[in-house]
This record gives sequence, C-alpha cells and structure tokens, in this order.
Amino acid sequence: MSIRGAPVEELIRRAIAGDRRSTGRLLSLVEAGGTEAERVTELTPSPTGGAHIVGITGPPGSGKSTLVARLIGVASGAAPRPAVLAVDPSSPLTGGAILGDRVRMTGVDSGAFIRSMATRGHIGGLALAIPGAVRVLEAAGFDPVMIETVGVGQVEVDITAAADTTVVVVTPGMGDAVQASKAGLLEVADVFVVNKADRPGATGTRRDLELMLELSHVTGHEDADYRPPILMTNSLDGQGVVEVCEAIIDHRTYLESSGKLAERRHRRARFEVANRLQGRFDRSLADLLDSDPVRILLDQVAAGTVSPAAAARRLAQHLVPSEARAAGPQFS
Amino acid sequence: MSNDDSSHADPSPADRARERWQAAYDRSARRDVPFETMSGVPVEPVYGDAPYPGQYPFTRGLHAGGYRSRLWTMRMFAGFGTAEDTNLRFKELLRAGGTGLSTAFDMPTLMGRDSDSPWALGEVGRAGVAVDTLADMEDLFAGIDLGGVSTSMTINGPAATLLAMYVAVGENHGVARVELAGTIQNDILKEYQAQKEYIYPPRPSMRIITDMVRFTTAEMPKWHPVSISGYHIREAGSTAAQELAFTLANGFAYVEAAIAAGQDVDEFGRRLSFFFNSHVDFFEEIGKFRAARRIWARWMKERYGATDERATMCRFHTQTAGVSLTAQQPEVNIARVATQALAAALGGTQSLHTDSFDEALALPSEKAARIALRTQQVVAHETGVANVADPLGGAPYVEWMTDEMERRAEAIFEHLDEMGDGSILEGVYAGIDNGYFVGEIADSAYRFEREVNSGRRIVVGVNAFTDGNDDSEPNLLRIDQATEDYQRKRLDGVKHRRDQERVGAALARIAADAAEPATNLMPAIIDAVKAHATEEEVADAMREVFGTYVEKAIV
Amino acid sequence: MAEDRIRVVLAKLGLDGHDRGIKVVARMLRDAGMEVIYLGLRQTADTIVAAAEQEDADVIGLSMHNAGHLTLAPAMLGALRAADLDIPLVVGGIVPDDDAAGLEEAGVAAVLGPGATAEEVVATIRRVVRGE
Repeated sequence: MSIRGAPVEELIRRAIAGDRRSTGRLLSLVEAGGTEAERVTELTPSPTGGAHIVGITGPPGSGKSTLVARLIGVASGAAPRPAVLAVDPSSPLTGGAILGDRVRMTGVDSGAFIRSMATRGHIGGLALAIPGAVRVLEAAGFDPVMIETVGVGQVEVDITAAADTTVVVVTPGMGDAVQASKAGLLEVADVFVVNKADRPGATGTRRDLELMLELSHVTGHEDADYRPPILMTNSLDGQGVVEVCEAIIDHRTYLESSGKLAERRHRRARFEVANRLQGRFDRSLADLLDSDPVRILLDQVAAGTVSPAAAARRLAQHLVPSEARAAGPQFS
Repeated sequence: MSNDDSSHADPSPADRARERWQAAYDRSARRDVPFETMSGVPVEPVYGDAPYPGQYPFTRGLHAGGYRSRLWTMRMFAGFGTAEDTNLRFKELLRAGGTGLSTAFDMPTLMGRDSDSPWALGEVGRAGVAVDTLADMEDLFAGIDLGGVSTSMTINGPAATLLAMYVAVGENHGVARVELAGTIQNDILKEYQAQKEYIYPPRPSMRIITDMVRFTTAEMPKWHPVSISGYHIREAGSTAAQELAFTLANGFAYVEAAIAAGQDVDEFGRRLSFFFNSHVDFFEEIGKFRAARRIWARWMKERYGATDERATMCRFHTQTAGVSLTAQQPEVNIARVATQALAAALGGTQSLHTDSFDEALALPSEKAARIALRTQQVVAHETGVANVADPLGGAPYVEWMTDEMERRAEAIFEHLDEMGDGSILEGVYAGIDNGYFVGEIADSAYRFEREVNSGRRIVVGVNAFTDGNDDSEPNLLRIDQATEDYQRKRLDGVKHRRDQERVGAALARIAADAAEPATNLMPAIIDAVKAHATEEEVADAMREVFGTYVEKAIV
Repeated sequence: MAEDRIRVVLAKLGLDGHDRGIKVVARMLRDAGMEVIYLGLRQTADTIVAAAEQEDADVIGLSMHNAGHLTLAPAMLGALRAADLDIPLVVGGIVPDDDAAGLEEAGVAAVLGPGATAEEVVATIRRVVRGE
C-alpha cells in the first residue's frame, strides 16, 4: 500500500503500531514544514516522562557518528528501540545535501531507527523540525532519542541544549576544547567525551576541559549541584563507551531525583514555543514590510523625510498577530 | 681548488658517467634486431647527457641498454569462472610461449568470502577465478610446472591465505619454497584509499604484510611480497601527481614498517615493485614515470639509508587506464590504449598490460583481449621506440614535466610527514583515518567529471564527435550463472570430505597467533589451508581478533 | 511553505568496491538540489530496505560494476516487494544495453549506462520520482 498521501491520523496510528515507513513519512512531513507539519505536531503531544532525549554534538571529525553507533549497541541492551536524528548541513548554494553519517552508525545491527536530516538552508526551519521529529519518534515508541549535530552554529547548540542530556565530544589536540568553549558548549554540556583517546594529547585535552570547567563553574554554571564528568573513549574499539552510556543514564537519574527534569522540559517547551512564535513573527514582519502602505513609508525613510526609528515605532503595533490582540493575554 | 692540468689528466665527472654507462651497456644483453630506423638510418643506444640510463637516480631508466637488452614483459591479466576454466587459459598462454601467469580472482575471493556466502550472490567467477580452498588452487595450477613459471596474484586483503595455498600446491608438486617465483600484490594501503577491497583495519593488516615480508625473505627468495599499486588510486579519480605521491608514500610506509620490524632495507628493498596507471595525457604520464624512479631512488638512499643500488630502483608494471575507456563508440578506445601504451614505453615500464576496448561495457572478450595485446606489440616492434633508451630525455618540456610531477609529489609527502609527526607510515594511517585520501581522490574525480559535463574538456564520443554513438554494441563476454552453482557444489563436497577436527584446531591456532603480535601468522595459515580450511574461515579466525574495517562515507 | 525535496538513497549492493561513479553521482544530485543519503559500500538488500523506510526515500539508486547486475538487481526488487515498498529503483554502472532492457522489464525504473551524462542522471531521477 502506498503511504504517500495517506492521512496524518492514519500514519500516526501505523507508526505507533511499529510501521517504520509511516514513521519515516511523518518525519518528512515535519521536515517539510507548513500546515501538515503542524497537524503532525498537534497529534503527537509529548507524553509525560517520555523518551530520554540525548543531544550529541562536537566538531566535525570528532567521531560523533561512530560513538553514536557504539551507544546504540550498548543502549539496545536496556532500551530496545533507540532512534537517532543525524543532522548535517545543506549546501548553501543549491539546497542539496549529501548525508553520510548513517554509514558510520549501521555497523551495529540493532534495529535502531536512524534518520538523516539536512539543515535545508534555513536554520530556523530546523529549530522547528527537530522538536517535531522528536515528538514523532517518541510517539512511535523510540527511547532513547539521540540528536547528533555539528556543534558550530548557535541554533545547533540550542537544539542540542534542548535535550535532557547533552553530550559534547572533542578529540585530543587541534584546540577542540577551546573551540567548544567558544561555541558555548561548556555551559550546556552534561557529559564530556574525549574521543580517540588513544591519540597523543588526550590527557592534555582532558586537563584543558577540567580547567575551563572549573572556571565556568566559578563564573556560574547553570547547575551548581552537578559536575559534568569527562570521559575518555576510543569509539573505534569501543573502549569507554559503556561508561559514557552509564554517565548518560546517571545524568537522567540525577535530573529526575533533583526535580531538574521538569526544569529541562520547561526549557525545551520555551525553546519550541519561542521558535514557533518567531516563525509567525518573521512571516508577519515580511508581510508587513511588503505591503503597499509600508513601501511608501520606506521610501520616505530612504528620502530622509522620516527617521528609521520613527518608522519602526509606527509599524510596531501592526506586528502583533490579530488573534492575540483580540483575546488579550489569557492562555489556559 | 680547480686545477687546469689535472682536468686534462682526470676525466670530468660527465666523462666518467659516460664511461661507466658505456661499460654497463657493453656488458648488457642485446636483442637480435637491427637498431636503425625503417629507412635504414642507424641510431645510438642513448642520446643526451649524464646521468645516463641505469645510473642513479634512474630518471632515464633502470638499465643502461633500455629496451635494447630486453623488451618490457607483455603481461596480460586473466581469470574467470572456475579454477578449471582459468587453468585451461593458463595452459594456452604457456603453450603460446608465455613464462608468466597473472591471476585475477573474483570479488568474493578478493574480499575473503567463500562462494557459498550470501555476500557472494551473483559474483562467483564473474570478474576473476573463484578460489575457496586448496582444492581450487590445485585445479588452478594442475599440470603446470611451478618451478618453471613466475606467477602473479592480484590479491590484497586475504593475500596471506592465497600465498599459503600457493606454497601448499608447490609442496604437493614437489617444488620447494625457495623455487617458487612470483609476485603477490598485497598492497593493503591503497585498498583503504581507493580500491576498497579490505578486510581488517589498517594496523593489523600491516602486521600481516610484515609477517609475509619476513616469511618470504627467509623462505622464498624468488618471491616479491608487495607490489605497490597506484593504478587503482588513479582509476578512482586521482590526478597523475596524486597517483604518484600516494603510491610512493605507501611504498615509504611499507619500508618504514619493515625497518621497524627489524628487516634490512637493502634486503627487502630489492624485492619491492610498483604498479602504475598510464592515462591519456601523454607527456604528463611520461613525466610521472620518470619522476617516480627519481623520487624513489632518492628517498630510499637519503631517507632510508639504502646502500645497495638495486634497493633504490623503482621497478614497475603499467596498465592502461580502464577509466579512460568510453562506452560510446568503443572501437575508438583502441586509439586511446595505443597512446597510453606508447607513453608507458617512453616512460620506461618493465611490464605492461593493455586494456581491451570493450571494458567500459563488460569483461573483455577474447577478440578484444587479442587486439589489446597486438596494440602493444605494434608499439614494441613497429614504432622503433624500443631502439633508444629514454628517447625523450633532455627535451625541455619532458624534463620540466618530470620536475613538476616531482615537486607536486614532494608537497604531498610533506603534508603526510606532518600528519604523521615525522613518519610517513603514521601520516598514511592518519590520512586513511581522517578521510584525506578518499576526499582528495573524490574531489579530483568530480572536478574531471564537471569539466567533461561543461564541455571544457573534450572526450571524443562523449561530449564531442558523437556521430556513430548509436551503432550497436560489440559482442560481449558473458559469464553464466552455472559457474556459481557448480562452484558452490564443489565447495560443499570439499567441506564434507575434510577432517573437521583438524580444521577446527588449525583455525584456533590462527586466532591464537593473531592475538600474539610477535608470532608470524604464515605457518598457522599454511597449516589451515592444508587442512582445507576455506578462505573465509581463515579470514573469520582473524576477523575475530582484528575486527573488520568499515569505511567512513567521504563523498 | 512546505518543501518537497527529492530524497535519494544511494548504495553499492554486494562486494563490488568501485565507488568513483556513485560518489560523482552523489555530488551531481546534491548540486541539483536533492538530498542524498549515501549508504556506501557493501550494503545488503535488507540494509537498503531499512534505510529507504527510515529515510522516506523517493528513489533508490544502485551502482554496479561487477557484472552481477542480473542477479543483484532482481534480488533488490524482490526485497522491496517483500517489504511492500513502492519506491522506484534506478541502476547505474556497467550494464550492457540488452541487459538494461531486461532489467527494466523486471521492474527497474531506469538504467543509466556507462555513458550517462550529469544532465541525464539528474533528469532520470526527477522523471522516475514524478512517476512518468
């Protein structure tokens, strides 16, 4: 039976029943955005205490995919159905992409669900698509759900940070630790992994991380009770991977016992809602700026007869979506 | 200080080089043909200045007499179907006066898989001969005097197993190991970079190769344990300079590994040989071949301390570029192959395989293979290029191209040396691990493809001169499915007849020896193949210890 | 603003390691704006089916250079049917003309021979995805 054009409700029913094609199709709908994507998201509310969501990030070449493959292997013992969202950049020129992480993750025959996602040029779209995709995978019963991104851009860092547990992977030498610090990863990391630890410079990198962590703790890490462990792995032969898995589970246990899990979920909800609002705002702004009366106003700004600040003040009131203006701030 | 009188008394260095060359030339063998043009004009054996052919750093060739002493070997690669099919082909070749056999194995054999493996589906006996057990190897060389031929085997990942089988067949024929002559390709590094026929990760693979070098050095003095191959690097899409640099860097890596294992560089250096591609850009190829000899000689002497000149000589086999052949108007490929064969001859190759014109469409048919051989015979016997050693030496463009190829290669060596912290071996490992080689090769392949697609580069029949593209295809060789079924039954029979306990014990010993880095694996593998353990079983015993290699997808 | 990008799963089925062509094709399709999920070497029909399901592929492309296409392509078609997957299969590589006709009759959506240009490759993928 063809699943192209099947109604969203039907796809969700089948995905929950274990049909991977339907899950795959739902993810495409979420990725494509628009009204069908919203419909999918509305029908897949995040269940309370749902899947453990793990973000894995680090610079290119740090061995994230191979580590994820190993984690799948270890995780399969405890939770039978892990899923991975592997995010890679689209070509800025053509919008196309070559997604090759999957190869590195399928060494382990585990039945994991792996989905490759391209950033598709507009990073804001990704910020919407990822939480939507996570919901689909949770609804289909996958746990844990791992999100692998290259930790370079701010939005990618935000996406990773919106996980329950964030793992930052670096390699010895090459200033990875410094780069991670600059990218703001030190503040969001719950577990550090120094991968390829058989290479020279591994202990040095570990020391760098400890030092920077010490400093950031002093200057105010978000969580004073929790100290992110720094673990050494060699994902090629699997050394240290079990410990990483344990650290991820320990972090989740900590979140639950300390009440921080609710805080994280709140943060994630804020992130997701903010992004959706941002999307609406951007569309509304674009519509406004393209409207005929505003064109005239912009011409006046260009001619110097109206100041930019005055123009912005006059337009600001028109940006609030009409439905909100009518209802006022009552939400529940 | 210079002294005018003494310069009259002693010959200048240039004169001395000339004298040394003359002496070497006089000592060398001579083919019994007239060395003159077809109009009857006699020609000298060499023109130009020192260093002459046969003199370090061998830019102008390895031998003082060039092809006057001996033509290149016309070594045509063959193998298909079952061992019995290929055995018949071998015997025909030997009856026709050949002294060298060159064996192509099918894909499952190359990958360490038996014919009954699910992986072998559709590939048994298709691109070469299927060898699962010693019984197949016996059939392959039945009725052939292994003491009187030299055998080349193109295999890499499971090379140790095939060498062990060859040794065992020799013993059964009453031919001692010291009498067995031949070459096994056994160049695993280029597999990770280009051809992708690997089994284990790089480091354990390197250990197996080092074991084989030690074994052959000690027991098989007529055997060449590694043929360092750039051919596949070029076919995968590299440029000429990348082919040159990656291949020689791999050579340096084997040398460093052997030195680290306590081998004498003069001893094993003599037994290394190379295998290059001859592509269609005529002068670039000639420059590449000449630069290869010069670079290898200098590095062996200066960096690795070889003192025996023979250990600094870059001997190479050449094959014309399969990838240059077009499916459109395939007969035009004969012209491409002829040009490439001529470049190889002018570049001074020791042996040559010329491709068949139908190879962009299928495995070579018999007629196409014959035309290919005839093509190099025309170059050797009709064109006169074999009359003079390095006939292009001294030409400004050719010398510049040789220097340019060397410069580009040296820049790559520098990069690898840096990646390896002063070790080319470590640099090559790093380049395999971080995708440097596959990335560089894929970039070059794509650049070429875009040039062809945009029409910036003309390929006859592909993006220009396409009249005639609709002609019907030539007659193509087909291998039928019966081969696969036959080979599976045969393997099944061998598995039922053998002593299972002996097989189990032999495989256990391989696994145990594999776990012991100081133990040479060859004796245990020879033992196992004699017990009729299959190629895949032997590979599995080592997979257990060494793991398998999965390539990162660098596109 | 829903987007419909063509998603292509590319793979080498079986032991054949010739990957120059498939890598060039991957880049061609990327440059034509498609998303290419490259599975690489040594895939089985099962791993390709799993990837096609999870990645919601619009089309599957296989590259073959070892004269195994008459066995492997039908095996792939069989696996797709067994999984009830209605995704077009395109085969590229060294496939002689008469074999190409046979494969297309057996259910392969298109065969791209050794002479196919970039334009032909891109146009063929677009055509089979649109179901023409």
